[in-house]
Amino acid sequence: MNILKFLVSVIFLIYCFSSDLKAKNLEIEITKNLRCLICQGQSVYDSDSEFANSLKILVEKKLNEGLDEKQIYAYLKNKYGDWILYDPGFSKNTYFLWLLPILMFIFGGAIILRKVILKKKKL
Amino acid sequence: MSSLIGYYSLIFGVGVSILVIFFSIKNFNDTQKLDTKVISLVFLQLLFVIISFSGLILSFVNSDFSNETVFNHSHTTKPLFYKISGTWGNHEGSLLLWLLVLTLFIFVFLLRSKNQPKQYKILTLLFQQIIIVGFFIFLIQTSNPFNHVFPVPKEGLGLNPILQDPALAIHPPILYLGYVGTSIIFSSALAAVCSNNITKIWASHIKKWVLVSWIFLTLGILLGSIWAYYELGWGGFWFWDPVENVSLMPWFALTTLLHCVLVLEKKLILTSWVVVLSIATFTLSMCGTFLVRSGILNSVHTFANDPERGLYILIFLFILIFLSFFIFLIFHKSENNNSKTFYLLSKETSILVNNWFMMYFLSVVLIGTIYPIFLEVISSQKISVGPPFFNKLILPFLIPFMLAMAIGPKLKWIKSDIEDKIYLISFFVISLILSVLIIRNLDINFLYNTILITAAFYLFFITLRDFFHRKYRNLSQITAHFSFSILILSILFNNIFSSEVITNLKINETYQAQNLKINFESIEQENKQNFKAIKGKFIVEDQSGLIEVMQPELRIYNQPNIVTSEADIKTNIFTDKFMTMNYVQNQDYFNIRYQVKPFMIWIWISTILLCLSGCLSLIRKKYEN
Amino acid sequence: MKTKIFPIFLIFIFSIIFFVFYKGLQNTNVYTPTIKSEIKIPNFDAKEFFSKDKINSDQIFIGSDYYLLNIWASWCVPCKEEHKYLMDLSKKENIKIIGQNYKDNFENAKNFLINLDNPYDLIFLDNDGTIAIEWGAYGVPETFLIQNNKIIKKIIGPLNEKLLFEIKELTQ
Repeated sequence: MNILKFLVSVIFLIYCFSSDLKAKNLEIEITKNLRCLICQGQSVYDSDSEFANSLKILVEKKLNEGLDEKQIYAYLKNKYGDWILYDPGFSKNTYFLWLLPILMFIFGGAIILRKVILKKKKL
Repeated sequence: MSSLIGYYSLIFGVGVSILVIFFSIKNFNDTQKLDTKVISLVFLQLLFVIISFSGLILSFVNSDFSNETVFNHSHTTKPLFYKISGTWGNHEGSLLLWLLVLTLFIFVFLLRSKNQPKQYKILTLLFQQIIIVGFFIFLIQTSNPFNHVFPVPKEGLGLNPILQDPALAIHPPILYLGYVGTSIIFSSALAAVCSNNITKIWASHIKKWVLVSWIFLTLGILLGSIWAYYELGWGGFWFWDPVENVSLMPWFALTTLLHCVLVLEKKLILTSWVVVLSIATFTLSMCGTFLVRSGILNSVHTFANDPERGLYILIFLFILIFLSFFIFLIFHKSENNNSKTFYLLSKETSILVNNWFMMYFLSVVLIGTIYPIFLEVISSQKISVGPPFFNKLILPFLIPFMLAMAIGPKLKWIKSDIEDKIYLISFFVISLILSVLIIRNLDINFLYNTILITAAFYLFFITLRDFFHRKYRNLSQITAHFSFSILILSILFNNIFSSEVITNLKINETYQAQNLKINFESIEQENKQNFKAIKGKFIVEDQSGLIEVMQPELRIYNQPNIVTSEADIKTNIFTDKFMTMNYVQNQDYFNIRYQVKPFMIWIWISTILLCLSGCLSLIRKKYEN
Repeated sequence: MKTKIFPIFLIFIFSIIFFVFYKGLQNTNVYTPTIKSEIKIPNFDAKEFFSKDKINSDQIFIGSDYYLLNIWASWCVPCKEEHKYLMDLSKKENIKIIGQNYKDNFENAKNFLINLDNPYDLIFLDNDGTIAIEWGAYGVPETFLIQNNKIIKKIIGPLNEKLLFEIKELTQ
C-alpha cells in the first residue's frame, strides 16, 4: 500500500512538472555538436571564445535562411574539415570506429552463449 | 633547503628499492616467515618518499622560488590552501604524489596480509617494486620536482585560477588512491599466478583492495565532475572529454573485476578471466596516464606536456604489458572446467552478462578515445569523436543492461527459476505507464526515450522493493544497484528537462520570455587576496512568481592574468538554477547564461550512495549468499 | 595449434598499438584546418569602414588583380606585430590590401590606423565575426592572398619576413 501511495505521488509530481515544457532549441543542439577551434577541447556551445560566439550567431543566421541541420554541418565541414563535428558520422574513415565495439559485443555474447550451452550438453 | 632534502630523499628511495629487491629475493626460499627486514625496508622507502613530498609541500608553503616547480605553479599572494594543493596541481608534484601512494599501499598491503603465503607476498612486493622503480626513474629523469632556478626569481608564475577550487584540490589525491590501488591488484594477481595461489581465500583477500580502489576511483570521478559543473561554467558535468574517458575506463574494468571476484570468492570459476581483468585494470590506468600526460590527445583539461615524458611512459607501459602477458602464458594453469556447470538462468550467467556489457562499454570508450590517434597516424586525417558517438553506442545498450541488473541478483547459483513473476511483471507495467506519462508531451523521440526510462524505473522499483522485502540481506549489492538506477534516472531527466536562456544584457535591462523574467539589477566590484571580483546581481522570476536573486561573478586573477567566470548555483532537491555571466569583447553588455537543471543534486547523491554501498561491502565480514 | 595462434595474434596487436602511439606522439595535437588552395572566395555583404556604405564582395574583388585580405582588430596584439609588413606590401603597386575589421570598436580601430598608419586600400566591417567564418578563418590575424576570385594562399597568424617574401614571390 505504501509503495502505491509513493507511486501515485511520483506520478503526480512528474505530471505537474511536465506541463510547461518547450521544444528543444535546434540552435543549441547544433552548436553542441560543433567543436571550437580556439579552445579545442570544448564544443562551440560550451565555449566563450570570439570564434565560438561568432559561430553561434552564424548558425542562427543560417537557420533563419532556412538551412536545415545537415546543410549547416555540410557547410561548416567544407570550411573547416571533418574535425569540427563531434559526431564522426558513418564514412569510410569511421567504419572501424562504429563497428569494432559492436563486433566486440557480438563476440562477447558468443563466448558466453558457448560457455553456457556447452556446459549444458556435458551434463 | 627543503628542495635539497626532498631531492636526496628521492635518491635514497631508489637505493632502498634495490635493497628491498635484493633482500626479498634472498628471503624467497630460505625461511618460512617473511623477513621483518624487508618490511622495515619498505617502511624506510615510504618514509623517504614522505620526506620528499613534505619537502615539496614546504617549498610551496614558503614560496621558495628557487625551486622550478614552485616558480612555475605558485605565487606569494595565493591563499595557503591553494599553495598546498598546488603541490599536486602540476605534473611533477602529482607524480610524486603517485609515488607516495604506491609506496604507502605496498606497505599497508604487507601489514594487512599476514595470513597469506610468504612466497605470494614476496612476489607481490617484487612486482610492485618494479612499478615503483619505474616511477622513481621517471620522476628523477624526466620530471624532477626539485629542479633549481638561478637567479632566484622574486615572484612565481601562479596557479591557473580554474584549478583554485576546493573540489579540485582534493580530486587528484582521491583519484590517485583509486588508480594506484589497481597497481596492488595487478601485482597481487601476477604473484598469485606465479605462485599458483588463486584460491577462494586469495579472492576474498584481493576483494578488499578491489573495493578500496573502486570506492576511491568512483569518488575521484565524482569530484572531477562536480568541479567541472561548478567551475567550467556551462552547466555540464560530463563531456566525454578524453581526460574523463581515461578515468572511466579503469572504472569499468574495476566494476567488472569486483563482480567477478565476488563469484570467485564463492566458487572457483572464471580464474583466468579475473587475472586478465586485474592486469587490464592497472594497464588501463597507466594507459590513461600516458594519454593524458603525453599530450597525444587534446582535451579541455590542459596539462603541461612533453613528448619525452610520453615516450618514457609508453615504453614503461608496454614493458609492463608484455611482462604480465608472458607471466600469464608461462605460469597460468587453466581451470578444470568439468566439475563446475551452471545453467542459462543462474547467478553465474548473470555475472557473465554483467561482464559482457561492462566490457562492451569499456570498448566503446576505449575505441572512441584512441580512434582519432589511429586514424591520424594511418591516414593523416583528423576527426573528432565526441558526445554523440558515445551516446549513440552506450545509451541503447543501457536498456538490456539495467533489466539484467534488476533481475540478475535474484538468481541463485548453478540453476535457478525466476520467483514472484507477478511482481516482476506488474512493476514493469507500472514503469512503462510512468515513462509514457512523462515522455508523452515532449518533443523528443518517443519510443526510444520511453523504453530507456522504463528500464531505469524498473531497476529503481525492483531494487527499492528488494530493499524492504529481503530484510537487509545483500544490502550493499541492493544499495549499489539502487543508486545506479537513481544515477541513470537523474542523468536522463536532467538531460531531457534542462532548459536554458542565453542572452546579452546591460545593467538595468530586463529579459522577458513567456515564462521567465531576468532583471540585471546592479554590478559591484570587490578586491580579494589574489583576484578582483565583479559581481552581478540578477532578479529571476519564473512563471509561478517565484523570485530568485542570482549573483554570478567574474574574477580577474592577477597572477596569471586570467578572467574566470564563477557560476551562481541555487540548489534544491528538485532542480538547480545555474547562472553565469561573461564578458564580451568591446561591448557594454554581458553575456548571460541561465539554466534550469532538474535533479542535478541526485546525480551527486546517487554517486555518493554508490561509494557508500562499496564501504558497506567492505565492512561486512562475509558476502552473504 | 589454436593456443599458439592467439598469443601471437595478441602480441601483434599490442605491437601495432605501440607503434601507433609512438608515431602519434610526434604529431601535434592542435588542429589547424588544412589549407585548401584554389577555392573560390565566398560571397557576402558588408559595410565599409568609414562611410558605413553597404558593399558586396563582388565589388571588392574584381578582375585578375592580386588582393590581400587581412583580418585584423585593434585589440589583437599580433596584429600590431604584422603591421609593418602590411605597410611594406602596401607600397607594391600590383597588390591591393583589403582590411576586414573583426569585432572591433570603431574609435579604437580608427586610432589604431592613425597611430600606426593605414596600409589598407579598403576596409570593411565584420562586427559579429560571421564574415570571418565565411572565409574559413577562426582567429585574428589571418591573411588570404586572392587572385581571379580564388584563394591562392592562406596564412593563419601574423605575417613575418619569410611569409612576406613568399607573398612577394607569388605576386611577381
